[in-house]
Amino acid sequence: MGYARDVGALARKDLLLELRARDTLPAMLLFVASVFVVFHFALPGTPSRLETSGLLWVAILFTALLGLGRAFVPEREQRTLDGLVLAPCDRSAIWLAKSLATLAFLVAAEVVALPLYALFFHSIGGATVAAVLLADLGICAVGTFLGAMAVATRARDLILPLLFLPLAMPIVVGAVGASVVEAPGRYLGFLALYDLLFAVVCWASFEYVVSE
Amino acid sequence: MGRIRISLPALAASSLVLVTTALAFVFFVAPSDANQGFSQRIFYFHVSIAITAYACFAGAAWKALRHLWKRDPRADLESYVFVHQGLIFGTLVLLTGSIWAKISWGHWWLWSEDQLVLFLVLYLFYCAYFMLRFSVDPGPQRANLSAVYALFGVVLIPVSFAAIRLAKQLIHPVVFTLHGPNFGGWILVTYCIAQVAMPVLAYTLYRLELSAKRLDVRLRDLREAFA
Repeated sequence: MGYARDVGALARKDLLLELRARDTLPAMLLFVASVFVVFHFALPGTPSRLETSGLLWVAILFTALLGLGRAFVPEREQRTLDGLVLAPCDRSAIWLAKSLATLAFLVAAEVVALPLYALFFHSIGGATVAAVLLADLGICAVGTFLGAMAVATRARDLILPLLFLPLAMPIVVGAVGASVVEAPGRYLGFLALYDLLFAVVCWASFEYVVSE
Repeated sequence: MGRIRISLPALAASSLVLVTTALAFVFFVAPSDANQGFSQRIFYFHVSIAITAYACFAGAAWKALRHLWKRDPRADLESYVFVHQGLIFGTLVLLTGSIWAKISWGHWWLWSEDQLVLFLVLYLFYCAYFMLRFSVDPGPQRANLSAVYALFGVVLIPVSFAAIRLAKQLIHPVVFTLHGPNFGGWILVTYCIAQVAMPVLAYTLYRLELSAKRLDVRLRDLREAFA
């Protein structure tokens, strides 16, 4: 199918670029580790499981923001986005491919971050891992979309967190809930619903973000 | 467009009448609440202003949709002015809500009040709308980005509401809602007057700001034409 091929080609381009440049992923990993150390010093005494669960999500969210800020930088600097928009593919393929690539980076960062968290603070269960995966989908879908919007502004990196954090609030609620509560089903369901809803909205409206 | 155009002076006059009537009713006609006494009356304004703010955001999303879908050339500015009015009334919601929280529960801010937390999230969201809009040079791209963002806001409202309810179950398993006194008699009448007055006021301000901004645009175009 043409659409899937377009998405695959664009995602492959982003992954190849990162593999050669190796700047975003190491930065995210280092950031996560440093943030955990800051958390240790920021919370006096021995924080409970409840408190550190919340902090895990703060760490993930800001690490994701770090990666998302860099997402459209090559397109902007090399003026590639103009070429992509002119290409005979559906514009939403650009968004989907970029989201998938960012998802790959975020998951790679979490593969290190979650064991590190378990080492520094408390062990994590299956519900937390499921919540991480579902939350990642939402973060990457919405974050990539907003990243494309931010790239069109003068403020760029400054504006992405402002745009992203209000929209990320439901993700935090769902994710923290799933990590902490006895029966996480409802929170995981909510995360899945959020992902579905916003993925559809982003997919439908990306066209208007990149074209005039 | 074929719709009835209400003149701005007529709107302003009706706003004046309605808001004055609402104030008169709230302070003199409505009976005092059994529990909270006189200070409960802010509730009349808080709820009507909240609904007005939601209506402004919905109006912004509607105009945004018209801009993206129908390519209506006037819709972008209308959407922006609706967001502006919504934010003004949203500020009032937060202020009156804070006062009400202080009266009811003794704290200026309560995370357990759904309405307040939801409005805080929306407030931050639409403040970011302004940052976005003024960070892009005027043109079709700015209009597109603003329209898409305004639509996202409307999608966010129910999702945030659900999220806040879920979060409450996490922290406060018992949900305590003070849904106002028994709605009857003069209380209902006063509330209805306030509820009509606020949207009319909002629409008047919207039309006023819109005409001022359109005049600005015309002036700028004329200046450029003669330059």
